[in-house]
Amino acid sequence: MTNLPTPFERFIQGILPENPVYRQLLGLCPTLAVTNGLKPALTMAVAVGAVLLSANIIISLIRNLLKPHLRIVVFTLTIATFVTIVDRLLAAYLYQMSKALGPYIPLIIVNCIIICRCEVCASRQNVLAASADAVGQAIGFGLALTGIAAIREILGTGMIAGVQLLPTAWPSWVIMVLPPGAFLTFGLLLALVNWIDSVRSNNEGRKG
Amino acid sequence: MERALKKRTAGVADRLKNSNFAQAWLILVLALIFGVALAAVQANLSGVIAANKLNETLERVPELVWGTATAARMASQNASVDITPGTVTIKKDLKTSYYNLFRVTHEGKLAGWVVKAGGQGYADKIELIIGLDPGADTITGLFVLQQKETPGLGNKITFPRWRNQFIRKKTSTPLVVTKGKSQVPNGIDAVTGATISSRSVTGIVNRTIRDVKGRLTPATIRFYERQL
Repeated sequence: MTNLPTPFERFIQGILPENPVYRQLLGLCPTLAVTNGLKPALTMAVAVGAVLLSANIIISLIRNLLKPHLRIVVFTLTIATFVTIVDRLLAAYLYQMSKALGPYIPLIIVNCIIICRCEVCASRQNVLAASADAVGQAIGFGLALTGIAAIREILGTGMIAGVQLLPTAWPSWVIMVLPPGAFLTFGLLLALVNWIDSVRSNNEGRKG
Repeated sequence: MERALKKRTAGVADRLKNSNFAQAWLILVLALIFGVALAAVQANLSGVIAANKLNETLERVPELVWGTATAARMASQNASVDITPGTVTIKKDLKTSYYNLFRVTHEGKLAGWVVKAGGQGYADKIELIIGLDPGADTITGLFVLQQKETPGLGNKITFPRWRNQFIRKKTSTPLVVTKGKSQVPNGIDAVTGATISSRSVTGIVNRTIRDVKGRLTPATIRFYERQL
């Protein structure tokens, strides 16, 4: 219990050092499925962030009541409740977006990022650390999603968030908004993140 | 004697403590709280969600009858358009099918019909609303309410450029899907790379027209009281 990261460390870790998508390779279903446009990606990131924060707070509050062999059930129950609430809110106030995201909002229930944060952080640390952790991880997830989505939308349609960016003469690479485009973009970005990381650790090694 | 009693009560306490209900008390309590919370959310939002669905259809009704330009002009002039929802029951070959539709009247005169129809697409169910003139002789508009066709290919069935081909097509002969610019009067150009989606939509339109044509009479339609 003594060596758990502080709230600030939790926050920073989520954004890049332990980015849920690029470092932990979690939550890849929405990462690949809803990144064909910036708007759906942003909505998904906010939805996941809201569920993650709510679930982390609840789990952290009841962490001393958890029984080890029943904890996953409690996590799933909490997550499912908040996902359903988010799903209903989207259908009520962002109807078109809710239709566009289709089954991917209910699928947040099985998003491993959230269950992982409940297990790693919220069930062991206080509400402050759990909240900071949730916000950091949510920002990390949002950055990953919007990065992939922006690249795919620009190359695939010449537009960004529905606004024409490239000249209309741009031959839209349809493949970028199709499933293969998700794998290509994600793979290249993952390689880029790893490359930057290896260069940085090499430099540090030389200095040391 | 005393020790035996203590042992027995301790046994009961242990059994209680290890029983499934005692083990799962937190889950039961949470389930109850979350259940109440979800019921409250549903009670507050279900009306809004149902209204969203209906509004989306109703918003499209005028342009499916009069076309986008005329519908916009009428809306700016605050023209009195009455839209009455109803259901038509089709009994054919021992099979009964239902179509939800809207009767559209303007200044007391029947202006046309908007029929809801659905069928299997390439990826998932496709839901359409089809605008027809008063005698169901001509298609006056088509809109895709719901589809999950391939983005970039099949989802082009929702683009006005493709849907507008259906406008002014006669319903006397079924529509046929053609590849490339067709010279046939009842031909629909397929979306490039999405022949199946194009065929699905055209098939749904053909089937709906075959079913409802000649049956849009007060005797076969049950109108709902509510005027919208």
